Amino acid sequence: MELTGAEILIRCLQEEGVDYVFGYPGGAVLNIYDELFKQTRVKHVLVRHEQGAVHAADGYSRSSHKVGVALVTSGPGVTNAVTGIATAHMDSVPLVVITGQVPTAAIGQDAFQECDTVGITRPCVKHNFLVKNVADVAVTIKKAFYLAATGRPGPVVVDIPKDVTQAKAEFSYPKTISMRSYNPVTKGHAGQIKKAVQLLLEAKRPMVYTGGGVILNDASEALTRLVRLLGFPCTNTLMGLGAFPGTDPQFTGMPGMHGTYESNMAMQNCDVLFAVGTRFDDRVIGDPAHFYRADRKIIHIDIDPSSISKRVKVDVPIVGYVGDVLNEMVKLVESSPARPDGAALKAWWAEIKDWQRKDCLRYDRASKLIKPQFVLEKLYELTRGDAFVTSDVGQHQMWAAQYYKFDKPRRWINSGGLGTMGFGLPAAMGVQLANPDATVACVTGEASIQMCIQELSTCKQYHLPIKIVNLNNRYMGMVRQWQEFFYGNRYAESYMDALPDFVKLAEAYGHVGMKIEQPRDVEGALREALAQKERLVFLDFITDQTENVFPMVPGGKGLTEMILAEEL
Amino acid sequence: MRHILSILVENEAGALSRISGLFSARGYNIESLTVAPTEDPTMSRMTIVTSGSDDVIEQITKQLNKLVEVVKVVDLTEGNHIERELMLVKVRAAGKDRDEMKRLADIFRGRILDVTDKSYTIELTGTGSKLDAFLQAIEPGVILETVRTGASGIGRGERILRI
Repeated sequence: MELTGAEILIRCLQEEGVDYVFGYPGGAVLNIYDELFKQTRVKHVLVRHEQGAVHAADGYSRSSHKVGVALVTSGPGVTNAVTGIATAHMDSVPLVVITGQVPTAAIGQDAFQECDTVGITRPCVKHNFLVKNVADVAVTIKKAFYLAATGRPGPVVVDIPKDVTQAKAEFSYPKTISMRSYNPVTKGHAGQIKKAVQLLLEAKRPMVYTGGGVILNDASEALTRLVRLLGFPCTNTLMGLGAFPGTDPQFTGMPGMHGTYESNMAMQNCDVLFAVGTRFDDRVIGDPAHFYRADRKIIHIDIDPSSISKRVKVDVPIVGYVGDVLNEMVKLVESSPARPDGAALKAWWAEIKDWQRKDCLRYDRASKLIKPQFVLEKLYELTRGDAFVTSDVGQHQMWAAQYYKFDKPRRWINSGGLGTMGFGLPAAMGVQLANPDATVACVTGEASIQMCIQELSTCKQYHLPIKIVNLNNRYMGMVRQWQEFFYGNRYAESYMDALPDFVKLAEAYGHVGMKIEQPRDVEGALREALAQKERLVFLDFITDQTENVFPMVPGGKGLTEMILAEEL
Repeated sequence: MRHILSILVENEAGALSRISGLFSARGYNIESLTVAPTEDPTMSRMTIVTSGSDDVIEQITKQLNKLVEVVKVVDLTEGNHIERELMLVKVRAAGKDRDEMKRLADIFRGRILDVTDKSYTIELTGTGSKLDAFLQAIEPGVILETVRTGASGIGRGERILRI
């Protein structure tokens, strides 16, 4: 039987097991919405802005390992979605974004709500398609899900003109797909794996440095086994937090611009650096020339060959799925008669313990003002480290990463690569839908939250009991911090004037609002909010305006050139 | 260093802009780019002449391979290869210069494709440097128009690029 393009599309989504589509209707996607209306298997979540749709699909995917799906209309629907798509692209999140397009005959005519979707999204997708023939809808959707989820994951855009959703074709969904031009290397080279294991077993001052790739590939278990087997120190990047348990004594905290003193010192001073699913980002290793000065051997496992030796030359590259490679390594270590050099390792740990004595994350606990770090420590305590935490971008993001100890993967959801303010709330919606019974906290600031504040309405419609932890310091905190350090205290446009009353705002959207101004009220407020299982609670914490994030490696500096709290 | 990259790519709308977009987005340079379908109409062969350090060329190759529509990438300059470029050049050829221009075209094994009483249109094939040499050999003032295809290349001997 022949089906319309729109029917075929929905059938494809059903075949892929999609339970939620995040979207916003418009002229070019009306046929698709009509088909969505006629069925119940694929549920639609109506956001209030297309950016929110893509972030929500993104949060859904990051917290569940399923492909996230968003649906937007042509023209402004697409341009609004671009920030979300670029965010997912930078963090390698598997999404399928379906975009409506003007009818094929109108393409190129500057039609109403027309834009060159494939052209606009090309640099920020893993791949994109324009489907010009209804007979290609099913196979294109199949390809889109396949591309999004395999190899290095990423967002795939499928642009469908309105007439294609109307035209009819026979429907059959391909069971498998193969593309001659797309064959990612997934199995690590056995010889290289052997070499890596040998190098690790001979190391005197080893350091394990892992990133988002471990989480994306669900390789935390394999990583944890290997690291515990070896007894090495381990650091997880901002994107990799939770891959190795944050409370494990072998965990040294996050590395990088706002990483711990001990992690950065160990990254720089190790003799073998074992990098897993990570890309030597500028925010992680600072100036590559400074980083490269140290004499060490580097092993690097990554699914993306172009991530290897891009910023830092490595000695033992291994291309493949990190989970498989790590499992291979566990086997090799277990079967090898050789063991890590215990004496050397003991001396190395003693050095690391010395660095840890700096206590680089300490802050003024006696302050009469609410310290943002304190709020996060309390959040961690009261949720027993088991919440899903999303964040926006800035100081609060760094504090959340530093003070909330993630023991499990996929619990910490933030925009690490693109650094998208406005990500936190819509991402939390996706997380809550994927994990309906879990506690989901959105750690944000009064600047970031206002970038997608409209989604409070979506939260109401779908009864999403997110806990918004707003660290309100009346500044774009990270901008203010840079201005204080590097621009002679000239706070150009970083003060957030004319802020709304967030309590009233939350109430206006039908939620619960709380304003907390005293340190002694922090715990009680958090307890009360967490006890409200059915309601979204907006916690507006009025925090110390002068607080800065430490340690800090200034932009362009070497990894060990850190500013510590006491140096100011 | 100068490199010639040969690329097999799916003959699909947008493949060219994906590749040229990659070069501009990542700040790689393109000296020349040629593209046309192969004997298999579903596939195009592209030749890109670029330059950069070994590290940069390695990144370019990896980034190209990452594009979903790219089937295969080979750096021809890694081995023995043949490189050819076609140039059409229209020159002033009047009076005493006319014979001289004909002789020069012959020396470079050029062919005169079109003649007017004041000009020749010469076709010249060779490596890029040979075409450069020809343009340098003639007086700049007599060149009326130049059009070059950019280099195409193929491996020598048994070296073959196909799927």
